[in-house]
Amino acid sequence: MIKLTDIYKIYKDGDGGNEIRALDGINLHVKKGEFLAIVGSSGSGKSTCMNIIGCLDIPTSGTYHLNGQDVSKLDEYSLAKIRNKELGFVFQQYNLISKLNLVENVELPLVYRGLRAEKRHEMAMTALDRVGLADRAQKYPSQLSGGQQQRVSIARALAGEPPVILADEPTGALDSKTGSDVLEFLKKLHREGTSVVLITHDNSIAAQIPRVVRIHDGKIVSDETKGAEQ
Amino acid sequence: MDTKQAFMLAIKSLMASKMRSFLTMLGIIIGVASVIVLVSLVNGMTLEMMETFENMGTNLVSVSIRGRGGNRTVTPEQMQEFVDEHPEVIAGMTPIVNVMGTTAKYESNSTEPTVTGVNEYYKDVKNSEVETGRFISYMDVEARQRNCVVGTFIVNELFGGADPLGQTLKINGYNFQIVGVLKETNGGEEDTNDDIVLIPYTVAQKLSRMSFISSYNFSAKDKDCVQDVVDLLNAFLLDIFSNSNAYTVFNQSEALEQVNELTGTMTMVLVGVAGISLLVGGIGIMNIMLVSVTERTREIGIRKSLGATPWDIMSQFVVEAITTGAIGGVMGIILGIAASYAATLLDMTVAISLGAIVIAFSVSVIIGVTFGYFPAKKASKLNPIDALRYD
Ligand SMILES: Nc1ncnc2c1ncn2[C@@H]1O[C@H](COP(=O)(O)OP(=O)(O)O)[C@@H](O)[C@H]1O
Ligand SMILES: [Mg+2]
Repeated sequence: MIKLTDIYKIYKDGDGGNEIRALDGINLHVKKGEFLAIVGSSGSGKSTCMNIIGCLDIPTSGTYHLNGQDVSKLDEYSLAKIRNKELGFVFQQYNLISKLNLVENVELPLVYRGLRAEKRHEMAMTALDRVGLADRAQKYPSQLSGGQQQRVSIARALAGEPPVILADEPTGALDSKTGSDVLEFLKKLHREGTSVVLITHDNSIAAQIPRVVRIHDGKIVSDETKGAEQ
Repeated sequence: MDTKQAFMLAIKSLMASKMRSFLTMLGIIIGVASVIVLVSLVNGMTLEMMETFENMGTNLVSVSIRGRGGNRTVTPEQMQEFVDEHPEVIAGMTPIVNVMGTTAKYESNSTEPTVTGVNEYYKDVKNSEVETGRFISYMDVEARQRNCVVGTFIVNELFGGADPLGQTLKINGYNFQIVGVLKETNGGEEDTNDDIVLIPYTVAQKLSRMSFISSYNFSAKDKDCVQDVVDLLNAFLLDIFSNSNAYTVFNQSEALEQVNELTGTMTMVLVGVAGISLLVGGIGIMNIMLVSVTERTREIGIRKSLGATPWDIMSQFVVEAITTGAIGGVMGIILGIAASYAATLLDMTVAISLGAIVIAFSVSVIIGVTFGYFPAKKASKLNPIDALRYD
């Protein structure tokens, strides 16, 4: 479903003329329904990789096929449609819009899908209910704890029932208890059939994920699937 | 995203920082309000002048004769003959003989009114009406009767408001009998049309020791005939005097046109000034929108990551700018109307123009679109990942 072939992302260093190879020849194939962790130290290129998978960024070279379609050939409108229907993002910093209340935040992807107000509200409430925050629907992000805000952002990611959830260090800003709650929730989503790509620098988290891809300096250094070798 | 949502979102954004939104709108508010007030004032002024002219009679054509060479004058009989030859365009004619330095006395009261000698057609030519009694008649003129018609100022000043019909008025020592009272037109004030005494022109000639009549008033059948009357009179008088400097033919509608032209120019200048203020208001909107786009770069990134298209982002900001313009416009209209009414209290005539309101509102919306477009375009072009990383 997700197929990266020879992906390079090269940043030019402002004055020195040095190149930063954030991604240095990535080949990766993610099948439908997989739960994949991309692991690596800070600055290894994990976020860059996820942004390309999420159609938020374009690679310097290489091809990216999503559901068999060459993404580099698509215009901004088609990309917007993919981000809207095929993908759900969970960011480390939650990225909720502070002037909208929780249910309005969760409704956003459905707004851009052009759904009617009642339908949208219903789906957003269902999503909030799944993360256990339906009773806070009218509250604003600033009135919630970090763990609760992250649950709202997960609700937003899954409100439109996308086949893929992309999570970039979703537990990074949380304490270990709320972090593991979030992780449990992602596992539950995976069991229910959603593909999940999780980015983390935390090996104890990676240990709980079926497939682990390790990145170092923009290169994949290992790709292990639990059970496959044993 | 549909329009209603975009509008609600815009309202929400504006409400989030009320003070700033208000200051952004201020330029538009002041611009729109001043357009409405200025246009209302000029309109009121124009109406007032038109009314004055209308009272004087827009169908009025006056002739004044200086007289040169052998033929010193045109007699009323000649004029009447001329009028009778053109019944299709001329409705009436009266000689005007002003008696200078007059004093009118009743018992021990005295005043100094305008005393004018006229004929029986005067009241039709000048659109004046008789309130009580009768007007100067043909017989009064022919028989040089010392009868007079007075304005309400005279009635109040000399008779204390009592019925003056049949009373004797002493004008420059001659006894006149009051046969009628004119309808009030200027609030019964001194030195206006209510402060006059009308007498037969034949009597006035004697009183002022004028052998010839230098002024005549004509009324045209209707507005469209005025020019014909002017042309006919010019031809007639040139034939008599063989010199166009010997007389002047003047009509009110010409003056009215000049007034209209003048107020038209005034409106243009004032609206131009107000337009500049609207333009400044528009630049204010653009400025704040640009700041707003920068401030909300991250929000734009989030929205894009959730599937907002460039068009969605663009319409969000354009609608916000339009809403700013429209709300500013409505506030400006309210302020403008309020200020116009305030001017009424200061005794100024204002006529609020619906056209000015509609135009002012449309202009504020158009300014919203125009000056909101550039920042909105800028927002819509942001790269999602750059926008998300911004802080
Ligand atoms: N916009 C950018 N401009 C320049 N260099 C960048 C940019 N984004 C990322 N990088 C660099 O690319 C490398 C990989 O970054 P990133 O993918 O964010 O790493 P990770 O998420 O694994 O911490 C880093 O060295 C980072 O400095
Ligand atoms: Mg990162």
